[in-house]
Amino acid sequence: MPKQELLVRNLKVSFSTSEKELIAVRGISYQLNQGETLALVGESGCGKTVSALSILRLIEEPPGKIISGEILFDDKDLLKLTKKELQGHRGKDIAMVFQNPMTSMNPVLTIGEQIIETLLRHTPLSRKEAKEKSLKLLEQVEISSPKEKLDQYPHQLSGGMRQRAMIAMALACSPRILIADEPTTALDVLIQAQILDLLKKIKKETQMSILLITHDLGVVAEIAKRVMVMYAGEIVETGLVRDLFRSPLHPYTIGLMKSIPALKSTKKINSKLNEIPGAVPSLSQIPSGCPFHPRCPSVENRCKTEKPKLKQIADDYFVSCWLHE
Amino acid sequence: MKTNTKLPKPVLLEVKNLKKHFQISTFNKGKQMVNALNGISFLLHEGETLGLVGESGCGKSTAARAILRLVEPTSGGIFYKNQNLINMKQNQLRPLRKNIQIIFQDPLASLNPRKRIRNILAEPFDIHGIINVKEKAERIIWLLEKVGLSSDQLDKYPHEFSGGQLQRIGIARAIALNPSLIIADEPVSALDVSIRAQIINLLLDLKESMQISYLFISHDMTVVRHFCDRVAVMYLGKIVEIADSNSLYKNPRHPYTEALLAAIPSMDPEAKKQGLKIIGDLPSATDIPKGCSFYSRCPIREKRCVQSMPQLKEINSGHQVSCFLRE
Repeated sequence: MPKQELLVRNLKVSFSTSEKELIAVRGISYQLNQGETLALVGESGCGKTVSALSILRLIEEPPGKIISGEILFDDKDLLKLTKKELQGHRGKDIAMVFQNPMTSMNPVLTIGEQIIETLLRHTPLSRKEAKEKSLKLLEQVEISSPKEKLDQYPHQLSGGMRQRAMIAMALACSPRILIADEPTTALDVLIQAQILDLLKKIKKETQMSILLITHDLGVVAEIAKRVMVMYAGEIVETGLVRDLFRSPLHPYTIGLMKSIPALKSTKKINSKLNEIPGAVPSLSQIPSGCPFHPRCPSVENRCKTEKPKLKQIADDYFVSCWLHE
Repeated sequence: MKTNTKLPKPVLLEVKNLKKHFQISTFNKGKQMVNALNGISFLLHEGETLGLVGESGCGKSTAARAILRLVEPTSGGIFYKNQNLINMKQNQLRPLRKNIQIIFQDPLASLNPRKRIRNILAEPFDIHGIINVKEKAERIIWLLEKVGLSSDQLDKYPHEFSGGQLQRIGIARAIALNPSLIIADEPVSALDVSIRAQIINLLLDLKESMQISYLFISHDMTVVRHFCDRVAVMYLGKIVEIADSNSLYKNPRHPYTEALLAAIPSMDPEAKKQGLKIIGDLPSATDIPKGCSFYSRCPIREKRCVQSMPQLKEINSGHQVSCFLRE
C-alpha cells in the first residue's frame, strides 16, 4: 500500500462577487501518495489552480473562501491551523512553484538572498551555511555558472533559468510535497523539456511527492503517474496515467484527447480535428445535472437532470458519468 | 497531398532577404542593434498554408508585421502578386491591404473595447468605402454566421464574449473584404484545447470556401503539422529549414528542428524519449554569434561551424536546410 502524504476531502471553494457567490471548486476529494507525481489537468476556469492554492490557504480571503472540506497532512487539518502554524509548513514541508517566476519572485532581492531567506526562516543554519547551501541548490537545479547567479536579480535571468531558480528556492528546505502550478506553461518547448527532465531527476533524488497542475495532457503523459481530470470545479475522471491515456472513459476526457492533433498522426494534413462543441460553462451558469451534458456527444435524458457521482470502476480508477454506471 | 502531384500554383507572396533591425538604448551598453530579422526569403503559393515556427524571440512575429509593413522593414523585398510593397506609399498600399489581412494572438487586445461588434465589423467596409448601408448590414450578419456566431450578438461589446468567440470575431473582421492571404500570428495559442480545435477547423473551412492562403505563425509544432502544407523553421531571425510538412516532420535535417520535435511531450505515457537534446537558452538578438547562429546550443557542432554562416541549400526537392553537417 502506498503511504498517503496528503488527503483532501470534499474541498469546496467559493468567490463572492458583488452579485452572488460563485463556487469554483465544488467538493473534490483525493489523496497524494508518498513519492508519486499526481497531475491535476483541466482547461482554464475549471478550478485546478484554486484547489491547489487552497492547500496552503493561499487564495485571497475575501473574495475567496474555503466553504468546507479537510486537508489532512500528518493527521493535522491544514484548514484548521492558525496562520502562524501554517507558516511553519509553508515552504518547509509543502513548497510551491508558480507559472510565472517573474511575478512570484522578489524583483529587488538577488536570487541568493531569496533562497537564504527561506533557509534562515525554517532551518537552524547560520547565514554562512545558508549561503553555501543555496549554491548547492543552484547546482542541483543545473543552473549554469551558479556562483554568479547567486548575486543576480530575477530580471537578469532568462525565463528557463528563473524557473530553475524558483525550483531551487522551493527545494531549499527539502519539502515533502512540491505543488507545481503550470511550471512550464510560460516556457518554450525546448526549455519545457529541460524543466520536466529536471523535475523527474529531483523526484528521483529526493523521493518527494509532486502535485502538478497543468492544462497540457502531453506534460501529464511525460511526468505523472496518476492524473485527475477536472471540469467545472469537479474531478470527472481519475486513474493511473497509463490506463487513462490508453482508454479514457469520460466523454470530456475523450473529447480533449481527440481534439489534440497528434505529431505522428496518420491523418491527412488539413483534415478536420475533432472538436468539443460549445465552451467551458461560466461559474455563474453551471448546467444542471452533469455539468458537461450540453457539450456531450453521448448525452441522455437523465444526464440533464441527475448529477452523476465519481464512482470506482476498477482499481485506482474513478469516473463520474452515467454511461459508466 | 494534393499539391505534390500538381504543377506548382502561382506565387502569391514572395519575401526576399527581408531584414528588420531595431535600435535600442540600454543603460549600461549604450545604443545596440537588435537583429530581429536577419534576411528571410520564402515563397507562398496560392491556396497554400505556410507555417512559420520557432521559439519566442526568433523573429516570427516581426516577420508577420514587416510583411504588412506594420513595422517598417530595414531592407529586402515583399512581392504580393509581383508588386513590391516595400517602397509603396501608404496611399498605394491601402487598396492592397484589402487582400492581405492579419489575425492576432490576443483577440481581446486586438478589438476596440468601446465598440460594439456591429461597428467593429463595419470598419473594414467604412475604410475601404465599397458598399452601401443595406449591403453592409447584410454582409455583417453573413460574416458573423460564417464564423459560427449568431446575429443577436451584434450589439454586444468585446468583453461580453469568451476567448474563442473573440477569436471568431477577429477572423470575421479579417475575412470581411475577401482577402486572398491571411497572416495568422499565433491565432490559437491563447485558447484552451477544446476551443483550439474549433478555431483550426474554422480556418480550414474558410480556406476551402473562400480560397484563402495562410501564413501561419506558431510555436506549436503539432498544430503546424496538422494545419500547414509547408513549414519554415526560424532561429534567431533566419530560416534554418524549410520543407513540405510531411518531409520536415518525417525527416527533419537541421539539428534545431530535430530537437524541437524531440522536445514535444508525447501523448503516449509509455513512449521513450529519443532524438537530440539541446542545452542552454536562445542567445540574445543583440549578440548573435558569428558563424552558425545555432552553434552555441548545437549538439552536433564542429569547428567549421563557428567560422562561417551556413546558407540555405536544397537537399531534396523543396527541402532546404542551412547546416554544414546536414546539407
